[in-house]
Amino acid sequence: MKENLSLSVATVCYHCGDDLPTAPYVADDKHFCCLGCKGVYQILSSHNLSSYYVFNTVPGASQKKAPQHFDYLDEPAITADLIDYADDKTTVITLFVPSVHCSSCIWLLEHLHKINPDISQSRIDFPKKQVSITFRNQLISLRQVVELLTAVGYEPLISLQDVVKKQQSDHSERNLVSKIAVAGFCVGNVMMLSFPEYFGFSDFEEHYRDFFNWINLALSIPVLLYSSRDYFISAWINLKNGILNLDFPLALGIAVMFVRSAAEIITKTGSGFIDTLCSLVFFLLIGKWMQQRTYRYLSFERDYRSYFPVAVTVIKDGKDQPVPLNELKTGDRILIRSNEIIPADAILLKGEAKLDFSFVTGESIAVDKVLGEMVYAGGRQICGAIELEVVKPVSQSYLTKLWNNETFEGHKNPIKTFSDTASKYFSIILLFIAITAGVFWVSSDLNKAVAAFTAVLIIACPCALALSSPFTLAAVLSIFDKNKFYLKNTAVIEELARINTIVFDKTGTITNPSSNGFQFTGSLTELEKQLVSDLARNSGHPLSRELVKWLDKTPLYPVDRYREQVGRGISGKVNGHELKLGSAAFLGITAQEKGSVVHIMVDSMYCGYFLSEQRWRPGFKQLALTLARKQDLHLLSGDLDHERNLLAPFFKGSQQLHFKQSPQNKLDYIRHLQNNGSKVMMFGDGLNDAGALRKSDLGIAVTDNINNFSPGCDAILDGAAFEKIPQFISLAKDAVKVIHMSFVISVSYNAVGLFFAVQGLLSPLMAAILMPVSTATIILFTSITARLYAHKNKLL
Amino acid sequence: MNMIYMLLGFSIIIALIFLIAFFWASKTGQHDDLYTPSVRMLFDDDPEKEAEQKSDEDHPNV
Repeated sequence: MKENLSLSVATVCYHCGDDLPTAPYVADDKHFCCLGCKGVYQILSSHNLSSYYVFNTVPGASQKKAPQHFDYLDEPAITADLIDYADDKTTVITLFVPSVHCSSCIWLLEHLHKINPDISQSRIDFPKKQVSITFRNQLISLRQVVELLTAVGYEPLISLQDVVKKQQSDHSERNLVSKIAVAGFCVGNVMMLSFPEYFGFSDFEEHYRDFFNWINLALSIPVLLYSSRDYFISAWINLKNGILNLDFPLALGIAVMFVRSAAEIITKTGSGFIDTLCSLVFFLLIGKWMQQRTYRYLSFERDYRSYFPVAVTVIKDGKDQPVPLNELKTGDRILIRSNEIIPADAILLKGEAKLDFSFVTGESIAVDKVLGEMVYAGGRQICGAIELEVVKPVSQSYLTKLWNNETFEGHKNPIKTFSDTASKYFSIILLFIAITAGVFWVSSDLNKAVAAFTAVLIIACPCALALSSPFTLAAVLSIFDKNKFYLKNTAVIEELARINTIVFDKTGTITNPSSNGFQFTGSLTELEKQLVSDLARNSGHPLSRELVKWLDKTPLYPVDRYREQVGRGISGKVNGHELKLGSAAFLGITAQEKGSVVHIMVDSMYCGYFLSEQRWRPGFKQLALTLARKQDLHLLSGDLDHERNLLAPFFKGSQQLHFKQSPQNKLDYIRHLQNNGSKVMMFGDGLNDAGALRKSDLGIAVTDNINNFSPGCDAILDGAAFEKIPQFISLAKDAVKVIHMSFVISVSYNAVGLFFAVQGLLSPLMAAILMPVSTATIILFTSITARLYAHKNKLL
Repeated sequence: MNMIYMLLGFSIIIALIFLIAFFWASKTGQHDDLYTPSVRMLFDDDPEKEAEQKSDEDHPNV
């Protein structure tokens, strides 16, 4: 019977694929889970855009969220920062649309002009989830454009920080690619012209030699002045600060190569090392590009500004008026609508406040506030509009003043990498050998002295060395990426290998925010459980949804006379039984409340209650045991300590468990650990961990949806990969080993070259062969061993 | 044998043209998003045809 039912009727929403409620919304024989999804379908079908549903099944995002208000987009002062370009006819704006996820999204968002012809063009950048829209500003306002996007289910996320960031990012990469292109062009042509030299000219071809050499010299000038410019600048800056980094021997090698080649060509004594010079720069730049390449368009630099809205509605003289956030003053009366975020500490003046602080703490169960109570910034209002009076400006609020802390000023200390350390000694030894070789020959043969001195600097130019780190780390980065562990840059891998102390936040980090367990006290038959599930399915309250998921029943009975009192409980008639679910007060019984409880009443008979308890992320127990063998584990939680006993077995001693920690406490605790010489890795998820994430040597944000906002950090870990943390650490350690091994390989190549160079016997041909061969060896070795180690750690 | 000078000149000029073309593509942002165009080109005219028939009726009510 049940089978037949589910076969004949669609069970998921045609638009978003969510489970259908017992009374779905219907349009054109299609079933929808909510009015929002149905609305999107109707807009699309009325504009002949139904192909949206053809390219992919259930392409839409759930529309169950409450609508946002965009009246602030009518204020030119606020939107000026958002707009890319505007004249008196057209406006171009780039918006971040988090719900972009499939080809249907691309298709629909690039056909917006069919819905409203005043939008002249819309282009999607899929990896960045950005849509760039050009519209006629005389005929359609920015607000209408954004509302149109929202109406078709692609609500853009507008926040101040991401807007600011967007402008700068691309150009450094484009610049590097241009440099690679120039170097590639030159190296190709130089190689072509150098080949005759390698094979030797016959007598009657001799007169070409000079011609080829001169062209080579000409081609090397753009490589020297443009492509390799950064190496000279970096070497010079570091030298001024008394640091010998790897760029110094590189810049020195390039310069010496050019000078000696130019001298040989001008004096017609040889052909120089132009080929080696060009290919060296070319390979180096490719290594740099590998290192800079980011695999994901994630933002690691977020602070509270990306969570907070761009503007907030202020009530002034009885009128609503959108005001930019930074102009919000103490004493302003603000209106927060449903689903909006409270941007500053304020006192509740009017309305029923039910706030979701999951951005801040990771805790998803909403908190009630009464009139006159202080409300901290960062909470999201869930039901109805409320009015508040601002008591502190945005930047001085309890949460946001964390960013005034000195930890957030200036840059985090750069991570010390192996190649930085190695290059210091490398440079000194290199200079020493070069000078010794020069001095040794100077008494007998001045020409040979110069030749030996320059040859040492040329052959020892640490190309392979400079490439070993980027190629190893880039390979590991992409392996991490495949395992849903997204790093900010490659240096993070080396830091990960050094970690000896791990600090966890509790809620949302080691607990799983989306899967609560329930403990039932009382008695309930299977049939009654079915009834509870069918009733709870109609509610959007997080606890109801968890309960439905936990009971795991297929929908069976329709519900009559469904009623919901927001935040208190639901009631209805299911299969002839009168059901009530909710708080004790809602059911009219007296029971002591402890934690999140759902009481059940069937036909006025009290049956018992479900107690919600948080579950650890899958594998947490095993993870804690594995990690504790090598690292020191700590816990910092903002919650009360009622779970202390549950957690104590995972940690060494109870003094490593800390509860009731404010954001500032967390930051201070990390600092305390660091002062004791620990290398600290912090796992956190909410804004309240932002200080600790920033302060720690390695801050990792744990999130279940990487497109959600996560606080500023060094790496973002998808919750699904949480249990792989020990493997990640182990692979990071292996990566450092690979770097060490490739260092040894490149040094042995250098030693072979140096053997000839110190004797003044280095021929250009030998340099031209040795350089690419050593480079190729390193690239192959690092990529292959990195993958082998990934297999060993079961990450591939 | 002067042919070689000419051929060399040509080959470098052609290579230069490609280099300039690459710069132009890079500058106009053609390398910024390497994924979306590959999807975009797969949307064929089929849905367009339907739309054309109806697009005239559509405009007045928007």
